[in-house]
Order: sequence, then structure tokens, then C-alpha cells
Amino acid sequence: MSRSEEEVLDAIERRRRRPHVKLMDKQITLAHGAGGKSSHTLVETLFVREFANPELAALGDSAILSPGPGSARLAFSTDASVVKPLFFPGGDIGELAVNGTVNDLAMAGARPLWLSASFILEEGLATAELTRVVQSMAAAARRAGVVIATGDTKVVERGKADGLYIATAGVGLLERDIELTPARVRPGDRVIVSGSIGDHGMAIMIARGGLELETDLESDTAPLHELTAALLDATGEVRWLRDPTRGGVATVLTELALAAELGVVLDEAALPIRDEVNGACEILGIDPLYVANEGKLVAVVGPDGVDAALAALRAQPLGREAAVIGTVHADPPGMVLLETSFGGSRVVDMLAGDPLPRIC
Amino acid sequence: MRFVDEYRSPELAKSLSAQIADLAEPGRTYKLMEVCGGHTHAIYKHGVEDLLPDEIELVHGPGCPVCVIPMGRQDDAIAIAQHPEVIFTTFGDMLRVPASNGSLLDAKARGADVRMVYSPLDALRIARENPDREVVFFAIGFETTTPSTALTLLRAREDGIENFSVFANHVTIIPAIRSILDSPDLRLDGFIGPGHVSTVIGTRPYEFICRDYGLPIVASGFEPLDVLQGVYMIMKQLAEGRAEVENQYSRVVREEGNPLALRAIAQTMQLRTTFEWRGLGFISQSALELREEFAQWDAEVRYAVPGVRVADPKACQCGEVLKGVIKPWQCKVFGTSCTPDRPIGTCMVSSEGACAAYYNYGRHAGRRTREPATT
Repeated sequence: MSRSEEEVLDAIERRRRRPHVKLMDKQITLAHGAGGKSSHTLVETLFVREFANPELAALGDSAILSPGPGSARLAFSTDASVVKPLFFPGGDIGELAVNGTVNDLAMAGARPLWLSASFILEEGLATAELTRVVQSMAAAARRAGVVIATGDTKVVERGKADGLYIATAGVGLLERDIELTPARVRPGDRVIVSGSIGDHGMAIMIARGGLELETDLESDTAPLHELTAALLDATGEVRWLRDPTRGGVATVLTELALAAELGVVLDEAALPIRDEVNGACEILGIDPLYVANEGKLVAVVGPDGVDAALAALRAQPLGREAAVIGTVHADPPGMVLLETSFGGSRVVDMLAGDPLPRIC
Repeated sequence: MRFVDEYRSPELAKSLSAQIADLAEPGRTYKLMEVCGGHTHAIYKHGVEDLLPDEIELVHGPGCPVCVIPMGRQDDAIAIAQHPEVIFTTFGDMLRVPASNGSLLDAKARGADVRMVYSPLDALRIARENPDREVVFFAIGFETTTPSTALTLLRAREDGIENFSVFANHVTIIPAIRSILDSPDLRLDGFIGPGHVSTVIGTRPYEFICRDYGLPIVASGFEPLDVLQGVYMIMKQLAEGRAEVENQYSRVVREEGNPLALRAIAQTMQLRTTFEWRGLGFISQSALELREEFAQWDAEVRYAVPGVRVADPKACQCGEVLKGVIKPWQCKVFGTSCTPDRPIGTCMVSSEGACAAYYNYGRHAGRRTREPATT
């Protein structure tokens, strides 16, 4: 017991920054798919290490590709959908599969253009159900202005997949000469979220029926490319963009804080959270900051661009409830803090474990 | 949000905080133990310590149901879960608790059918829906959750559901408080008493704390204002030289508790002669087992479990944390070998565990008390 509290806290911070070198887990558990700490360790120690290339190592929502000098830069991303149930209030697996990849591309500041779709179908799946999903994908693609240009189909035995899984990949064009990276974030910048948080994750949880809660809550799944385009047109002060899917707002901001070695201080009272989401989270003991979103973006904007950014977002149907939720500070580096509406403060860290499996 | 916001008002908090500071004698330190893990969680989640004067130190108590289950029982749970015919149901927090050979989540990855439920009634429903399988519910918790297990057992008997059983690990709070009070390692000035446990057992069982140990206890709710008001009521008693049982949570807690719930427990369960608690060791008459009449629904009767006492990992100091003898950060492995993503002890797993609460929510506050705020 010779260490002081200060030394213990310093040791924790050093440990949080130490790159994971070895995958310690002997087998895959659901936690590896939750988007929190276990997912990060898996990606870092296996995929990034074995595939070893700078495009992947940047770990953005999309990889940024430069085919050659003078040619246009491309954004490239992929997303797999394993959501259960296949149809839920506000959307379905098909719409989610299209929007997921469209949004990953949009967060790089790209215009999404082409998608691929791979289907893993379970023997016995009703073709009527598959048709509904595919029609929904076609509608989502039209809405997002993308073409589903290629694909693949596989069928597995009954019991080996929950109906169907879909993997999409997408290519987008970077038309603006911008770089949205943690390195551009500065103390004094503001954190903006484009609308209410936690809708998707809680809508899925409630749709599974096990909780016996009745709400009108719907998934927020939506393509965000128009919102990002409006935001980037309105101000050159946008430094960084992410869509807070698995792991929620807390996880993407913790990643930012660690990557930029800056502190992010959130104002609990400013977080836009629907009453239904708050209520369900209170009952289940889940923090809405960790609940997945499928139609929201988090932006860090320089102080001079905040008014323009908010105005541009709020002028769009998907950004009407946009709000400033926090500020970037020099201290404490690598950490997200929440000033509670009660008048206290606490740390916000990455998620450990998985309270809500199979939500996207 | 209605029914929540009114218990989180910053204005009321400020005013209470000032009144608490007025009651604190300069130079004296006050060690108040919050017995419940629910309180520990609320204190860190809302930053309640930021509103207390330096003289007051909150000490975290043993009332985290996940934390007090010893390693041996977790091994037994996994042994039951590994029977191929079993669907093993449990509250979410128990999934990640490390046992001798990994957690229930690891057992699930190896093929055990482990499912998370929010209530024992969900487990009973799964049993109804799967008549060809055996459904076991891993029952843990203090008197807060015991009644729901009791009611589920009564329902199972009434409906004649035979493929359902309960692995009972329900514990009782009073022997744990007594064990803390008898421990020579800790000098306390008062207790923030359990809230939800008190809705069941009432406030009378706490009278010995005042009578025999001369300490005040205030049963308190779980909203941050409840906790703050509980602290205020304890400080007021101390300032006036009183040591009484008081009830801050009067909107749900009655002096006599909940007779219906107590009856359901008495119908289905009885005290065990002794039970091992993590960190606190064996405490006599501190836990419940199913009555003879419910042997048919008793997983300990239906399955041969190893039932071996397994020592905690050497480095783990959960026991001292649970007794309030050390702060989470004083544990040798806190935050380095033991983290929420790779826990060694239960206190780092449960959201009500002191180590998890301090690591996830409180670790910056520890720094800020010594440095001027930088933000």
C-alpha cells in the first residue's frame, strides 16, 4: 500500500495508453463485438497487426485511399449487420446495412457512391421476408443516392444464422480538401451531437419484447451524407466527425480524447435524450451515453464555426435537435468527464462488457 | 423526466451541501459507510462526493450482491451451466465474474446455454417455453431481490412447472453489517442505510446499531438528493449527540417493511447455518436456502456441484474493499492488472462494486481534490 492515489491514477493513465500487443483471450465472447474495450483489443492485436498497413491503422470509420498522385481521394468502408429482430420499429436489417456503410463514408467527409451487398441466408428463410429486406435496401440506397453495384449470396444450414446476415462495403469520393482527424482538434473546440442519443439501441432492446415495456420509440437509422455535406459546406471549422454506433457517444469521444491527448468535458444537462430512452435506461441500469445510434453524428467544431454548424444542422430534418454537448480542454488529457446536472462530475470511459448484444 | 428530475435538482443539492458543511466540526473527520452498492454507484455516477466537505469520507460497504458471492459458488454455477440439458439464466452482472476457469461468458462461448434475464419470472417463462430443457436461475441478492425469487418459486409450484430450479445465493444484510461493526479494522461514525432492502425488512432490524454500537443510521433512497439528504440527517444526529434509526426514504420504506414479501420469503426459504461471503469469510445465519418443501426446485439438490471453497486470487483485495478497510485504489492490482475489461475480483465487475464505480466514474475526482480544477 505504498503507492499514493496520485501514483495509482498515473499508472492507470499510462496503462490506458499502452498499445495492446497480444490478444489474451482464449476464445471469442460477445464482448468482442460490443464496440468497447474488448473489440478494440481484438482489432489492434489481430487485424491491424496482421494486415499491417497505414490505411487500416488509422482506424477511422472509413479508410482513406489515394490511388495515385493527382487522382481523387476515395473513402472505403464495410459494415456487417447481424441485428435481431430483422424488423424493428423505425427500420429493418436491410435499411441498417445500407445506412451503416453510407454513414461510415459520410463521416470521412465523402460522397457515398457505390455499395456491395453480401447475403448470408439461413435455410428455411421465407422468400417473402427476404424480398421485404431487399426492397427496403433498394429504397435506402435510392434515398442515399448510392448504387448497389455488386454482391454475393451464400446459404447456411438451418440454425446457423438468425434468418439472414448482410455485409455491405462502400466507396465514396472525397470532394473536399479536408482531413477530419483527432490531430486537428484543439482546446476550446466544441462537441456537437446532431440529435437525440440512444434511440436505436433502446428501440431494438424494447422490440425484442423481453422487457415488457411499451413505448413509441423508433430506431433512428438514416443516411447522414446530406447532413455532413450541409455541415461541411457551412463552416471550415469542422475538425472531426464520427457516427456513434456501437459503444455510443461515450466510446467515440473516449477514442478521440485518447488519440488527441486532450480532455473532453460534457454537460449532462445539454445531452439530448428522449424521455422514453432515459426511462428505459434507468430501469435497465444502462447509461444512454453507451447506447448505439444509427442516424446521429458527433462533430468537433472550432469555436468560430459553432453557430454556423448548429444553424446548418438544424436546417436539416435529421439535425433539428442538434446541440452543443461539451467542450475540448487541454486537461485532463485522454479523458472524457461529465459535469452532472446534479452539480458533481465523473469520468466517462469506454464500455467494458456488452449490455446489449446484437443490436446492429 | 418526471419522478426523477425532482431528485436531481442542483439548487436543492447546493443548499443541502451548504447545510452539511455547516454541521461538520472543523478538524474532525467523519467516516460514513454507505452499505448498499446501489448507493456507491449513485454517489460516483452523480459526483455526490463533490458536494461534500473534506471532513466527510464515504466508506463503501458490503452491500453489492455480485461482489459478495465467493469464487467457489461461481464455480458451482458454471458446473451447473455446463450440463447439456441446462439453460442457465442469470442477471447480466454475474456473466463476467471470474471463476477458477473463466467466467459464465466464457462458459457460454465454450457451448453452455447461458442467458441473461432481468427477472426470475423471465427464467420461469423460458422453462415454460422449453419443456424439454432444464432451466436454472442463478439467484443472487439481498432482501431486495429475494422476494421476486420467492414469488417465482411459489408460481412454479402453483403452475406445476417441473423443469425449473433455483441456485439460491440470497444473503441477508444484518449479519454483514454486524460483521463490519465487530471488525477491529474500521472506526465508523454512521451508516447510510440500505434503501430497497429496507422496503422489504423495514427499519426496525437496524435498531441494534444505535443501541449496541451507539451509531446513527439513516435508510436512504438512491437518487443523488436522497443520498445527500441521508448524509445531512446523519450529520445532524451526530451534531446533536443522537444515535437513532431514521428513514429518509419514507416515500417507499415503512418501519415494518413489506409483510407480503417477508411472508413469501418465509414460505419458500430458510436461513442456512452458515454461508461464505467473499472477503468477510463464513458468517453464520447470513444466507438463505430453499425449504425442504421446495427441494424439487432446488438446483443444489438436483445437480451435484463441486461445492468446494476456492480461495480468491492472491493479489485480489476485494475482501478488504468490501469491509471498507481499504479504498479501491489502495488495492495492489487496482487499475493495472485488475480493470473493468479484465477483472480479477468481483468489485471490479459489478456496476455496484466499489472498484468498478471508482474506476469508471470516480477516478478523476481523486485527483481533483488535490489540484485546482483545470476545466
